[in-house]
Amino acid sequence: MSSPTPAHDDVVHSESFLRSLMRRQLGLSIACAATFLIALLGMPLLNYFAPALMATRVAGFTLSWLILGVLFFPFVWIISFVFIKRSIAMEDAEVVRAETARKEAR
Amino acid sequence: MLPLLPLAALDKVDPWILTFSLITVAVTIWMGFRSAKTSKTASDFFVAGRSVSVGWNASAISGEYLSAASFMGVAGMVMSSGYDALWYPVCYACGYLFLLLFIAGPLRRFGAYTIPDFAEGRFDSPLFRKIAVCFVLFIGFFYTMPQMKGAGVTLAYIFPGMPYWAGVVLVGAVITFNVALGGMKGITLVQAVQYWIKMFAISVPIFVLMSVVGFYNGQIGANVAVGETAAPSAEVQRKPLVEKAPKDSVWVAPFGPLTTKAVNAAAAALPPEQRAAYLAEHQKPYSLLYTYSLIIALVCGTAGLPHILVRFYTNPDGVAAKRTTMWVMILIGVFYVFPPVFGAIGRNLMPELYAGVGAKGTDKVVLELPTLLGANAGVLGSILSGITCAGAFAAFMSTFSGLLVSMTGALAHDVYGRILRPKSNPQERMVAFKVAAVLVGAVAIGLGCFVEPLEINFMVGQAFAIAAASYFPLLFMSVWWRGMTMKGAAIGMLTGGLCALVAAALTNFSTLALDKGPMGKLFAGFAPLNGFWAQHPLLRILCEQPAIWTVPLAITLMVIISKATSSDIPADVRMKMLVLHAPEKLGLKQEYIQEHQAGAGH
Repeated sequence: MSSPTPAHDDVVHSESFLRSLMRRQLGLSIACAATFLIALLGMPLLNYFAPALMATRVAGFTLSWLILGVLFFPFVWIISFVFIKRSIAMEDAEVVRAETARKEAR
Repeated sequence: MLPLLPLAALDKVDPWILTFSLITVAVTIWMGFRSAKTSKTASDFFVAGRSVSVGWNASAISGEYLSAASFMGVAGMVMSSGYDALWYPVCYACGYLFLLLFIAGPLRRFGAYTIPDFAEGRFDSPLFRKIAVCFVLFIGFFYTMPQMKGAGVTLAYIFPGMPYWAGVVLVGAVITFNVALGGMKGITLVQAVQYWIKMFAISVPIFVLMSVVGFYNGQIGANVAVGETAAPSAEVQRKPLVEKAPKDSVWVAPFGPLTTKAVNAAAAALPPEQRAAYLAEHQKPYSLLYTYSLIIALVCGTAGLPHILVRFYTNPDGVAAKRTTMWVMILIGVFYVFPPVFGAIGRNLMPELYAGVGAKGTDKVVLELPTLLGANAGVLGSILSGITCAGAFAAFMSTFSGLLVSMTGALAHDVYGRILRPKSNPQERMVAFKVAAVLVGAVAIGLGCFVEPLEINFMVGQAFAIAAASYFPLLFMSVWWRGMTMKGAAIGMLTGGLCALVAAALTNFSTLALDKGPMGKLFAGFAPLNGFWAQHPLLRILCEQPAIWTVPLAITLMVIISKATSSDIPADVRMKMLVLHAPEKLGLKQEYIQEHQAGAGH
């Protein structure tokens, strides 16, 4: 087992770096998850409280069927596309931040 | 394989269907053999040398994921239950989003062969590895059962007169053989190809069909909803529904036969004059509860399926793992639009399937539907039916082989390589992999013979519920909360998973007890349970779809017990969290491994 306090004292191994790293990642994930969950968990509620609206016919489909059976998939693609773009950008920014901090420490 | 079959059955076999199916099987076996030559090292066998490109890997994950449940079960269930069954394809696809948002990246950065590796690495606990291995096997076996049913149903369709169990044994044996020879690398190639076979097999026949019998919207529009006097689209020539089929108004609207089954059974047990009031009060709220529980199980369960997670380790880096998930979501999302179309057309034009049970029921609508063209299109109907059969083969073969690889990996890599004989050499481990494959395959075939009366999709839902209550809390909490301890993780995972397992098993046993065949006799002891369910529909729903209470239970237990045992938090937890979350370019992983080797000596 390694020693309880890591031997490294540079920025990357600091508590504050880890904290900000995790907070940002979790923030992004939760924002995306919330968008998705509101839609997903809202559907049964709409079906429950607004059955007439959801039974409106759109080109033969009921509105409810159209949303769930067809439109939901592209919606999820959009969320995941946004997430991937942002998370990759965030990683790159973190690498830059860590490297500059390492240089300054030297 | 031909000499094995009774000649009488061959008379009725459609040559086109047989040809397409045989080609799929032959290609699968050939690719398995071919790649057996190239997969030499143990690493090749377990995670394909970690060098699979994004496109291949995404196709392979999708190919593995789109199981018999997706290919046949979703269509069958939409046909039998209508709108409510749409939650299955939607959540099967959306579960991936959760995987992407919370788990895929960190897990990949941490770098380990399997979930048990992660469990051990995160908590420095070999004991936890053993517990995790047991769960890989549990969930895996639960998930192989519906695949085996898919195999039995398809073969019974291709060869009329062939018993259900014979199909299960035949297909199971072929795939087991294939996995034992090729391992994971062979499987990656096979599964990537099989995704495209499935995509082709589900989309091409449905477009041809729709152009003849009317499009998706017209098929849905042929059903009269509540408050409508006539169907919105009149051009579809429907056949009269049989008695067992659900009515239009409940089929096309939410809270239909699937989610209200328990309440309806309870109402049927009441005196007739109380029924209406009882239904008015309980039907919709309970149905809503069922829907939410199902959603939780499917969304969280995706993130916890062991055979899917192991594939993330075959990506070269974390960015590739994320891109892969994006592509997987597109590939499976496109696919999942189609099976409900089969269900909708099947309802309008092939209602006689409602009367059948087991292998002859709605589960085979995907295979049977293209024959509708038979009368006016001649050979085209047979060709299309052959294509969907080939797709079905691809479906259960690829998922079963993926499961077999991950379960065999757990047995050979973890049980044999780490627990039984830690000092075994690579050669011995390769032999162990092959022996384990045969062992797991045999057990899966045995289990598959039991489940003919259960719906394919329903069984898969239950496997998801178990995964959702065990692996999902484990992964989610260990990745994002550094206060987790091994005891908290293990107790939460075990309690959640076992509760879901027992609940699912109870519902299955009571359903099997109703079967009129030999299974009914075997499980007759559970028949009184059905009376109990009728008295307590809420309990029945909570057992049939346990995720709504087992997932929070597992997470709560993890938090409480971790807090109570907080002195056991691994000492280098900060470093572990850094490895999980810091960009790979910073090179923390190598540093971590060096430190670990210096410190702990392993």
